[in-house]
Amino acid sequence: MSHTAPQSEDKAETTVAEDNRWRDAMTRIVSGSWLVSLGAVVLAVLAGSIMIIVTDPGVQAASQYFFSRPGDTFAAMGTAVGGAYYALFIGAVWDFRATDFAGGIRPLTQSLTMATPLIMAGLGVALGFRAGLFNIGGRGQMLAAAAGAGWIGFGLDMPWPWHMLLAMLVGILAGALWAGIAGLLKALTGAHEVIVTIMLNYVAFYLISYLLATPGLLQAPGSSNPKTPPMKSTAIMPDLLGSQYNLHLGFVFALLAVAFVWWLLNRSAMGFAFRAVGENPAAARVAGIDVPKNTVYVMLIAGALVGLAGVTQVLGTVTTGFSSDIDAGIGFDAITVALLGGSQPVGVLFAAILFGAFKAGGSLMQAAEGVPIEIVLVVQSLIVLFIAAPPLVRAVFRLPQPGAKPKKRPKRSARRKEVAA
Amino acid sequence: MTTATEAPALEARHVTVISHKAPIVLGAVTALFALLLLLAPREGLTHFRFATDGDFVMLPSAAVPAMLTAWICVVIAAALSVGAYLSTRAARKVPIWLSVLFAVAVLFGFLAWSGAGSSADFPVSRLLASSILLAVPLVFGALGGVLGERAGVVNIAIEAQLLAGAFTAAIVGSLTDSPFAGLVAAIGAGMLVALVLGVFAITYRVDQIIVGVVLNVLVIGLTSFFYSEVLVPDAERLNSTNRFGTWAIPGLSGIPVIGPALFHQSVIVYIMYIAVPVVWFVMFRTRWGLRLRAVGEHPQAADTVGIKVERMRYAGILVAGGVVGIGGAFYTVVSVSSFGKEMTAGAGFIALAAVIFGKWHPVRAAMAALLFGAASSLQGALSIVGAPVPSQFMLMLPYVVTILAVAGLVGKSRAPAADGQPYIKE
Repeated sequence: MSHTAPQSEDKAETTVAEDNRWRDAMTRIVSGSWLVSLGAVVLAVLAGSIMIIVTDPGVQAASQYFFSRPGDTFAAMGTAVGGAYYALFIGAVWDFRATDFAGGIRPLTQSLTMATPLIMAGLGVALGFRAGLFNIGGRGQMLAAAAGAGWIGFGLDMPWPWHMLLAMLVGILAGALWAGIAGLLKALTGAHEVIVTIMLNYVAFYLISYLLATPGLLQAPGSSNPKTPPMKSTAIMPDLLGSQYNLHLGFVFALLAVAFVWWLLNRSAMGFAFRAVGENPAAARVAGIDVPKNTVYVMLIAGALVGLAGVTQVLGTVTTGFSSDIDAGIGFDAITVALLGGSQPVGVLFAAILFGAFKAGGSLMQAAEGVPIEIVLVVQSLIVLFIAAPPLVRAVFRLPQPGAKPKKRPKRSARRKEVAA
Repeated sequence: MTTATEAPALEARHVTVISHKAPIVLGAVTALFALLLLLAPREGLTHFRFATDGDFVMLPSAAVPAMLTAWICVVIAAALSVGAYLSTRAARKVPIWLSVLFAVAVLFGFLAWSGAGSSADFPVSRLLASSILLAVPLVFGALGGVLGERAGVVNIAIEAQLLAGAFTAAIVGSLTDSPFAGLVAAIGAGMLVALVLGVFAITYRVDQIIVGVVLNVLVIGLTSFFYSEVLVPDAERLNSTNRFGTWAIPGLSGIPVIGPALFHQSVIVYIMYIAVPVVWFVMFRTRWGLRLRAVGEHPQAADTVGIKVERMRYAGILVAGGVVGIGGAFYTVVSVSSFGKEMTAGAGFIALAAVIFGKWHPVRAAMAALLFGAASSLQGALSIVGAPVPSQFMLMLPYVVTILAVAGLVGKSRAPAADGQPYIKE
């Protein structure tokens, strides 16, 4: 065995180049240095600023006389961008306008509330990534879970902790089973999970729409709106910091989920098998790991995690009854969260809090400064794009490319090409 | 131990040339349909209206006994299933026309069953026309998807390209008052999204599916942002297009039933009729198409014979982006005359489904897109006659069918060998 050791180093370099695409993408994202992540955020925020500047009426007015008084234009640009990001900050982190601590901290708790489902759904997607599976089915899994949890939540009469726990359990199972379909089809027939999960999103959406529009199923009695009745108080997740904040018990479950996934991936035999399958399915099979079985398990657990996100939505955040838009795009945000978090549980936690802050602050930015909240989508997606392409970020900021040998001439022309592209 | 675990891998690589899945699936669908008729018989007549105003020959409306018609359709479907079985036994592929006929028979029977006893009638010609219209963005999306994936680039961003095309066509079409300018701009927008996809997926070798997903979010964000910030305040000038008028082809549009449905349409629909065979011809009968497919199947081999793999892939997805862009223009210069937030509503994903359902073949993919268009137009018609099937289940149909197709129930769906894999020159 010892003679293989010296080879392993240069082998590691070449395998990245030629091995399967997941591994390539994952290594790029996971091994991306902090500088690259920071550069990606800076670039994305810069792009967001440009969008604010070109659409700001103040800047447009001042640019009419740009050549006589250019200072005005720059001042207007500063006001527009500064105002927007200031609003984003006081909406997401600390409210400077508040007189006391309780009011000042409110935006931060709101950010954490927004982050709660993102953490869990992000974990679900990240777990899939680590096992080489791309779970785009967050929306469908959340809807299935919301339907399950909601059905228990308003339909049964039980004492407090048991009602909530039962509703959670049913919701999680529903999410797990919905994702399990994709896992099973992949394991049995090799159907690509990306396509199956996308299609299952739509199937779930129309299924829930049907359930919501049919009296006696999920629709609130005596109503013709496609909406459920409110959850019973015995099924609701209690507020963590009193009724003046929205932050609820779901956040604790999210933290527990982070710990669970960390343990699963790094300390359990099952997680080891998952990672082995993700790194190299052929090698995993040779080592005696049942790849199809693990594919199903991964999807079941990922669906359970994403399902938990759907459960906290209906039992914690929106307890007054839900409709088919309860997923609120979280299933897709979760993908960007998982990518930004490098598919590591703790990374996902922080990425989710960042995106939760964007969401919370974005609403205030829209209300106070009139900057549409969709800019948050743009900034988020740009962050992920840039993080996925470290060479681009390195080229923009003139950071050294890893493994670059500056004395070789072809390397320089290659770098110039990248800058041009 | 080692041989035991490796044996299934070798078996899995064995390629089955003849698939018996097609007759099995056709037979199963026929049986299910017959079961539905047995378990839920419906009395009364079903009305079909064939004529539209201004037909050359006015066909009378037909009121047919519902159950009898439905059973006749079952018999036809059963006969076609037997035909499919015979052709697989003779080691031939099941011809496309057989599958299409089968779909028509089952659909017609289903309509007859669901419309039984209703006083409202099925406007057959209008149904056809709306199927075509609903399918237009799907067909262009699917053609673009086929072009890109045959070049080895998975395009999850069809949705983004459609949306970008619709958005740009709305602005340029409104500013210039010319739908043609809007169409050209939409092609450009589709190509621009494709270029971004290419820069990240081909040049920087970021995982193509990740880039596609992120591009969808990015374009939704960008178009929604500029819609609220720029289009809404100045809707008069920037967001009210002059739509393409419909144009009847002399002669052909006089054919009863299908004439007004197929040949009394706007220019983009006619472009679609031409685009499908053109894409097929380019892909399978030209040198460029051969090279395109080569870099998608085996980039190393293509590189060895001197084809520039990355350049070819860029060319493939740029053309694909332009084609998808035409489909995007449909939304704002044909369907309605203004852009709305996220107005493509997942059509890009249905187009993707059509690509897979159509087995990465332009004609089959276009047929699949038409089928999906028909499914959505049907649910409108079914709600008119008060059919016993909830509309949500009709809307769900394309997605369920796609899952079945991907799972391999409908023939063998095989992606181009190097689909989704970046090519790194040694």
